[in-house]
Amino acid sequence: MSTTAIQPVPFGRRVKRFMADRPLIPLIILLIILVVILQILRPGIVNERWIANTIKFAIPLAILAGCQTMTMLTGGIDLSIGTVATMSAFIMATQVVNQDPAVAFLLAMMPAVLIGLVNGIGVGVFRVHPLIMTLGTSLIGTGCLQVYQRTVIASGARIPDFLAWLGTGLTYGVPNALLLFVPLAALIVFTLSRTGFGRLLYAVGDNERATRLSGVQYWQVITALYVISSVLAGITGLLYIGLIKAPSLSLAEPLVLPSVAAAVIGGTSIFGGRGGYTGTIIGALILTVLTTLLTILQMPEGARRILFGLIVLFVTAAYLRIVEER
Amino acid sequence: MTSNPLLDATGVAKNYGAVAALRNASLSVLPGEVHALMGANGAGKSTLVKILTGAIPANAGRILIRGEARDIRSPAAARRAGLLPVYQEPSLIPDLDVLSNLRLTSTPVEPFRAWVRELGIPDLDIRDTARDIPLAVLRVLDLARALAVEPDVLLLDEMTAALPANLAEKVLEVVRRQGDSGRAVIFISHRFVEISALCDRATVLRDGETVGVVDIVPGVEEKIVELMLGTRIVKTHVAARSAAQKAVPAPARPRLSVHNLRVGTKLNDVSFDLADGEVAGVVALEGQGQDELFAALAGSIRPSGGTIEVDGQPAKFSHPIDAIRAGLAYVPGDRAEALAMQRSVRENIALPFSAALRNWGPIAMRQERAKVVSAIERLQIDTRAQGEVQRLSGGNQQKVTIARWVAADTRTLLCFDPTRGIDVGTKQEIYKLLREVAGHGKSVLFYTSELEEVQRVCDRVIVIFGGRVVDIFPVEEADEPALMRAAYGLPRGAKADIGILADPHCSSPESASSSASTSPGATP
Repeated sequence: MSTTAIQPVPFGRRVKRFMADRPLIPLIILLIILVVILQILRPGIVNERWIANTIKFAIPLAILAGCQTMTMLTGGIDLSIGTVATMSAFIMATQVVNQDPAVAFLLAMMPAVLIGLVNGIGVGVFRVHPLIMTLGTSLIGTGCLQVYQRTVIASGARIPDFLAWLGTGLTYGVPNALLLFVPLAALIVFTLSRTGFGRLLYAVGDNERATRLSGVQYWQVITALYVISSVLAGITGLLYIGLIKAPSLSLAEPLVLPSVAAAVIGGTSIFGGRGGYTGTIIGALILTVLTTLLTILQMPEGARRILFGLIVLFVTAAYLRIVEER
Repeated sequence: MTSNPLLDATGVAKNYGAVAALRNASLSVLPGEVHALMGANGAGKSTLVKILTGAIPANAGRILIRGEARDIRSPAAARRAGLLPVYQEPSLIPDLDVLSNLRLTSTPVEPFRAWVRELGIPDLDIRDTARDIPLAVLRVLDLARALAVEPDVLLLDEMTAALPANLAEKVLEVVRRQGDSGRAVIFISHRFVEISALCDRATVLRDGETVGVVDIVPGVEEKIVELMLGTRIVKTHVAARSAAQKAVPAPARPRLSVHNLRVGTKLNDVSFDLADGEVAGVVALEGQGQDELFAALAGSIRPSGGTIEVDGQPAKFSHPIDAIRAGLAYVPGDRAEALAMQRSVRENIALPFSAALRNWGPIAMRQERAKVVSAIERLQIDTRAQGEVQRLSGGNQQKVTIARWVAADTRTLLCFDPTRGIDVGTKQEIYKLLREVAGHGKSVLFYTSELEEVQRVCDRVIVIFGGRVVDIFPVEEADEPALMRAAYGLPRGAKADIGILADPHCSSPESASSSASTSPGATP
């Protein structure tokens, strides 16, 4: 109160500094603005059901964006998460027809672990660029899935009840998916800020040479990271099939690039060393609300995509201007 | 001198968030003078230089060039106005050859070549890729590139830091002649020898303000130090160490023992011991194999021959983690090599704690905080801007690199020129710290490019020349002329005049280079 009297700082600068210290605030404000616009365009659309629906669709995106956040912190990226999620979903849906659900689950998670391991070894040991490495494993995974599809074409597919309950169910109006997401998100946030592994992710992305001189073994960190990323993607696939309920060979692919966008909008730098998961979660919510907004505008699909791209670019640029000083 | 100033900056201020890097700095440079810009670390020298050369915008202030107000918004604008900087870090693009680098800045090639020869590098191939050129030569090339476009005001930031004596001498000579030809040079340096030999006047900064402009006359050093340090620090000469502070007399088994170590073509045959409680200095001219020696001891590169023994046990390091497990920690001279610049002071200091796989779990925050805080206190790190290490001053960054290993309680520190380009006060603190570390029974291997540091810090000096140990001095005999001779590969006791440090008024680079080339150890 009195500080303003002693040191008259222009209001604009004060706001800017406030925002720079708390980068989440402008994101939350943006989210609220989008919701308000939606409410103005379609009065009454924002109700309990709409909120529950938005959250349901934002959660798979948010988990995949968590994979991107963690890999981007090290200066990497994981483009194989779409394929991994699709594979685990497809294998789960087809195996559960003849197998015990627990066995089906293990079978579904196997390719996730394998692809993560290959990604990690490729990036961490052989120093392949993450973009190329994960793109490569993603294509290989898609190919394998097509081969696999022929072998199960006769048996058909079924969505396990539990996954449908988790993906679409509500308990007292609250989406059941939160039961999975809240602990998972808490775990990611905790890992990034309060564990040695999280520290190393930031440090490796910031200055790999320095971490080496401090005794960090790069390949260990990177291998663990890509395995974790893949496992998270696998779990997302299971959740997503419960939500979409229609197994296909490109189930989660459309989520890959939005997951990168969500992490970037949330303030994670693609050059590594900067960012966090809470921003990413809000970034995923913003993208989901934006999609709804553009859907109700009843524009042709092309115009909608153009607008979507423009808004993502604009928001990211504006956000960086607000948060970064200098 | 009644002429109008070439460059006149007044009331320059710059804030980084809540931290004021410059409050009220002014600098006025007359035609034909070499003007020193001085100040302790964090006084704002670098910030002022960056503003003058258009690298960053000022928040306030007025800059006149030849009496005209100029708004320098970019490095290109500064260039057009006749202001050209040579920064501390080499600025050639590593993947291009020298010629392409010159074309990038449209620097005329012939004058550049002439300057390069003038600066003491007769055999430069301008088709060489910048990456393959040694650091010292790169810095000289930067200078030649700036000189080639004949700037009115040349800004040299720590130009002679990390230059071997023979090159440094040439550089100083050329800078002096710039002043004679009516142009001006702004010269930033921590070395009084150079400043007194070279400069006409000095502007002194403290805490972002210009606190004085003095003429360089004999005996002005005391006044400058006083201005730089204000009332905070008393005189900073270290008294000779008392016998009690000296190393414990030769214990039965050395802490570290190196036998016939060879690395590639640079390091040919190095053997020495390092005892607990000892600070051993390493002195060498640029590129005599000291980089390889430290890298091998730190586990960064594998030696091609010889043995390293730690506590009597033979050790093979294939990754820095192996060296760290054996209690050997490497502190590089280049801070950018050791720090995660966007992370906090705390995370940087605590980095080694999380390195091993078994420490990847939850961090005991309170315990870590206690260790970090105690290390910060021991090194007196200024933590006002601790959120991001990149906002600290160079000296404070350097302290963080050392604090990391103090917090980890490492038994042996390998410090590679830890005082490069930092101010007098911080240097003193680092000397004190290294002595203290040794006093606790730990050991330090300390390479320095500033010979005067040897007597302040070391118990023993290992001199390396051409990849071999040429001499090991007890500290009592290691005065600067003696070390200089040894560093040039001359046998102890020979009396040849070499270089500026032996006699600042007699420049004799010819004798220096010839004595180097005729000395027995000169063949690689």
